[in-house]
Amino acid sequence: MKAILTTIGKDQVGIIAGVSQFLAEKKINILDVSQTIMDGYFTMMMMVEINDEKADFTALSEELGGIGKKLGVEIKIRREEIYHAMHQL
Amino acid sequence: METEKIIETIHMISDENLDVRTITMGISLLDCIDSDSTRACERIYNKIMTKAKNLVKVGEQIEAEYGIPIINKRISVTPISIIAAASADQNYLKYAQTLDRAAKELGVNFIGGFSALVQKGYQTGDLKLIRSLPQVLDETDLVCASVNVGSTRSGINMDAVAEMGKIIKDASERSFMTNTKMVVFCNAVEDNPFMAGAFHGVGERDTVINVGVSGPGVVKHALENVRGESMDVVAETIKQTAFKVTRMGQLVGTIAAERLGVPFGIVDLSLAPTPAVGDSVAQILEEIGLESVGTHGTTAALALLNDAVKKGGIMACSHVGGLSGAFIPVSEDAGMIAAVNAGTLNIEKLEAMTAVCSVGLDMIAIPGDTPADTISAMIADEAAIGMINNKTTAVRILPIQNKKVGETVEFGGLLGYAPIMGVNKASSTRMIARGGLIPAPIHSFKN
Repeated sequence: MKAILTTIGKDQVGIIAGVSQFLAEKKINILDVSQTIMDGYFTMMMMVEINDEKADFTALSEELGGIGKKLGVEIKIRREEIYHAMHQL
Repeated sequence: METEKIIETIHMISDENLDVRTITMGISLLDCIDSDSTRACERIYNKIMTKAKNLVKVGEQIEAEYGIPIINKRISVTPISIIAAASADQNYLKYAQTLDRAAKELGVNFIGGFSALVQKGYQTGDLKLIRSLPQVLDETDLVCASVNVGSTRSGINMDAVAEMGKIIKDASERSFMTNTKMVVFCNAVEDNPFMAGAFHGVGERDTVINVGVSGPGVVKHALENVRGESMDVVAETIKQTAFKVTRMGQLVGTIAAERLGVPFGIVDLSLAPTPAVGDSVAQILEEIGLESVGTHGTTAALALLNDAVKKGGIMACSHVGGLSGAFIPVSEDAGMIAAVNAGTLNIEKLEAMTAVCSVGLDMIAIPGDTPADTISAMIADEAAIGMINNKTTAVRILPIQNKKVGETVEFGGLLGYAPIMGVNKASSTRMIARGGLIPAPIHSFKN
């Protein structure tokens, strides 16, 4: 399944490295990355592919939250359908 | 996907309290009817436990995967007055306890359907159910009750209206929380996912998933960007926002139904406030341009809001149902509470607002010494508004023992807190004592 991982917060060294390293450990493939500064905040979107259809999102979200805390950013992961549903017919 | 759109969705969820207010599983109990109430209750318990086994788990999975809060997982069942009518029991507490036990074991937030539909008169089980209400509401925790006393097609059953005034009063003397779990309806709908008024209508499928969306904060935020623009722009902005909110409800409902192996029923497009900061319908009305909700212009602003929400949502989902519109509960809305405390909002204005919103007098605390006949008369007024305007109206009024106007009562959680509001002191006793049926209005004869 595809999911969108968003990272928002104050820019600092090591954010992309920290997030990608975690994803690599979890064998989650990064399909696309975009990164920008919005309203002064570092904003990164990653489209990722999770091969395990039964992946435990609760645990995944918690672990990402923990990494976000260390890096001083907010990391969220959501299945992509929610964004399509809201903005596309 | 465009970055801005992703960010917009994230803001709606994180900062503007966008959520799915409820996933409600409707379960028919018609196949549980038995003249032996013990056997009937056993069947009811087994059916609910089987059908809703995974409801909470699936709700939590969806929350985790899609990052969208689903505040309540609930169950609604066929009105118990119909199910229990075959038994010789004189009190239906046993049925309510069965529902309560099933709800607790499943971990759902509420179970609705301890209900009777008496708009034209009583059938065998109806009066027994109604007279069980004070005890049921007091002795169970998660059971929600409703009584439909009127409809556009049938008129208003004034005997039931008189009875419900006494029941509400009696229930309030047992505990101040009892009446938060009971609604008196006119034109009750059969697929409403919201409590306390949810029940599973007899015309529905055996089991169904209905979803109620919310998001007053999202609408308020969108309107902040169009300050000073014309009412056309206000309506258009609300429509577009309601569309997005509803699409999310449709997605969540579809997934939930699929995973539970149950047909998807409807999305209820409602703006349901909570006491949380920034989750208020009153503040939307104030954003439209009122200094305080309740002042002149409130009814017009609410009419626009209610209509625009429906128009925006209706194309966003496959089937619309339930109550669909703006809710105006006093205790659950920080802006409403503030307006009552400031003296700008009173019961009379709330009654006018119910003519154009999706519900009625909701979560309004009144002095505990209010006579039962006065409560009945308030129900009659609301039912009349519903009957004449072809809309659902509801009364969830809360007499609070030993409290006077200006004091406050705390319900806790999503139910919030409420200032005690004044009611008209003049008596309605002679009218309520008449009983009988107010005939259906002329415009109901459409055939």
